[in-house]
Amino acid sequence: MSTKTPSKLEKILDSGALAVTSECGPPRGSDPAAITRKAEMIKDYVDAINITDNQTSVTRLCSLAACIHLKQMGLEPVLQMVVRDRNRIAVQSDILGAASFDIYNMLCLSGDHQQFGDNPQGQNVFDLDSMQLLQTVRRMRDEGKFLGGDDIQRPPRMLVGAAANPFADPFEIRVPRLAKKIAAGAEFIQTQCIYNLEKFEEWMKLARDRGLHEKVHILAGVTPFKSAGMAKYMKNRVPGMDVPDDVVKRMSGVPKENQPQEGIDICVETITRLQECEGVRGFHIMAIEWEEKVPEIVERSGLYPRPQV
Amino acid sequence: MRLRYPDTIRIVRVPCTGKVDVLHILRAFEKGADGVYVVGCLEGDCRFENGNLRARKRVEQAKAILNKVGIGGDRVKMFNLSSGEGPKFAEYAVEMTQKIEALGPNPIKKAKEKLAA
Amino acid sequence: MIVAEKKPIEEIIDMVKDHEKLLVVGCNECVTVCEAGGKKEVGVLASALRMYFMNQGKKVDIDEITLERQCDHEYLEELRARIDQYDAVISLACGVGVQFMAETYFNTPVYPGVNTCFMGVTEERGVWSERCQGCGQCILGRTAGICPISRCAKRLLNGPCGGSAKGKCEISKDLDCAWQLIIDRLQELDRLDDYEEIAPIKDWSTERAGGPRTVVREDVRQ
Repeated sequence: MSTKTPSKLEKILDSGALAVTSECGPPRGSDPAAITRKAEMIKDYVDAINITDNQTSVTRLCSLAACIHLKQMGLEPVLQMVVRDRNRIAVQSDILGAASFDIYNMLCLSGDHQQFGDNPQGQNVFDLDSMQLLQTVRRMRDEGKFLGGDDIQRPPRMLVGAAANPFADPFEIRVPRLAKKIAAGAEFIQTQCIYNLEKFEEWMKLARDRGLHEKVHILAGVTPFKSAGMAKYMKNRVPGMDVPDDVVKRMSGVPKENQPQEGIDICVETITRLQECEGVRGFHIMAIEWEEKVPEIVERSGLYPRPQV
Repeated sequence: MRLRYPDTIRIVRVPCTGKVDVLHILRAFEKGADGVYVVGCLEGDCRFENGNLRARKRVEQAKAILNKVGIGGDRVKMFNLSSGEGPKFAEYAVEMTQKIEALGPNPIKKAKEKLAA
Repeated sequence: MIVAEKKPIEEIIDMVKDHEKLLVVGCNECVTVCEAGGKKEVGVLASALRMYFMNQGKKVDIDEITLERQCDHEYLEELRARIDQYDAVISLACGVGVQFMAETYFNTPVYPGVNTCFMGVTEERGVWSERCQGCGQCILGRTAGICPISRCAKRLLNGPCGGSAKGKCEISKDLDCAWQLIIDRLQELDRLDDYEEIAPIKDWSTERAGGPRTVVREDVRQ
């Protein structure tokens, strides 16, 4: 895995240090301060910041514009792109748009079904799937070509990532699916939030058995619970989420006012344990509307200060 | 057992209520019937397994349609009894007749007369 | 078959309320099988409409007929001699039949009596489900005979997405995850290794995206 892009994230991953990324959800409005304020809180504690793309299909300020705001703050954005809302023309066009602002990281996703969002009656696109989006970015970057075959003037230079959910069903294809994403061009992986550590470790072992951990940088995803209610909600209502009963029990077992701290503790313990897991090359901290807690999580996990590259 | 039941009722015999179609019920109303009720065997006792259950569904369908076209779904009803329950048959006949009398005549009849005039 | 659902009577009433002589035309093919537009449904709709208009004190004549098919000239022609007696037609055929009726009888208003839903199967009486979206480039040979285009909510050619849980789709617990079905069947066929082949970017030009489609077969054309 030699360095192919100017991405800071790539440099840190290649240096062998554990990378730390986090994410910010853009606002449901056009105030740039909603992004820059969140970014200010976490910027010294993470290497790169993902900007979600209309997550859960709720209409928000676009990921690309939010990434540009980060870039203008001198930060390292990770452009998330879902294939739900764009056909291949829009996909390639947005990639070029991002490249024109020297955005060097991109995460390729399918996107939640629009049924979950504020426009359940809308059409969806899915011209490509997430696997094919990976191929598209890699082709644009590595071959300097559009999908249609024409040359690109000043091709994009982005590190290409994908999501992996070690907990979704069917489990038997979870690792083959990771292999498939790597074959499609993924260079880093950010996983679904991990609460079931045994299952995650089993998945990592199966990945190691196939040597996949050497072909891709796997960042373990974590999300601190703010409350027992959130733990229950994630367990029961969020598709593809695996929250074991003992975690819910632990959250419910402390008084309400102490639950946020318990959530942070669980998160820090998860990161600490997974630092020992071979093949984990960093962490992706998704503190949903709780960005102010990212510094504490990073510090207590022994991941601060961040390397300078 | 010579039981009396209202003589305003016209009985249409079918081998099984499963034979009764939505269309039969609708046509009866179209021709001016004030009410239609279907009397089937007890649920679970159908000789053809689910004839009476099918009839119930069809009665429900007819009810929905009659509501939508302004005739009123209350004019149609499903009853169940066993073949030994003669008194119940008479009882249901009285019950249905009273109900229909309370509802008044099928509005189509009046409309038809008006159109003919 | 093409699966359709009956339109609500009130919607049909609203469409045809200004006409006085109506012909309700059923179709003996798909819509008969899915109990939306066959002879029986024609009878029920016609009866309901007669009662409605009668009750409104409005004289509307409503006739009924069910054709063998409404997607072939041959059968539509059966109406040629009598079509002028009516000021409108309610067709209970799928959208295909409704349109062909309108094309064939250019001067007669034609209204749809059903909502055409999809190409699918009868899972059991009263339950129909989608199987094909007519993409014009069948990939079933690569997907263990289960179509991710018609059966995956995201039409993923390289699924499943992260929302697949316990064999069900993220959008509904009542909906099977198509990719779970594909994987189960690949396993059954001892072909799970095929899963790792990346399905290439699809050419959607043979699908709706490419505009209205026509199949021309010179070998059988007259």
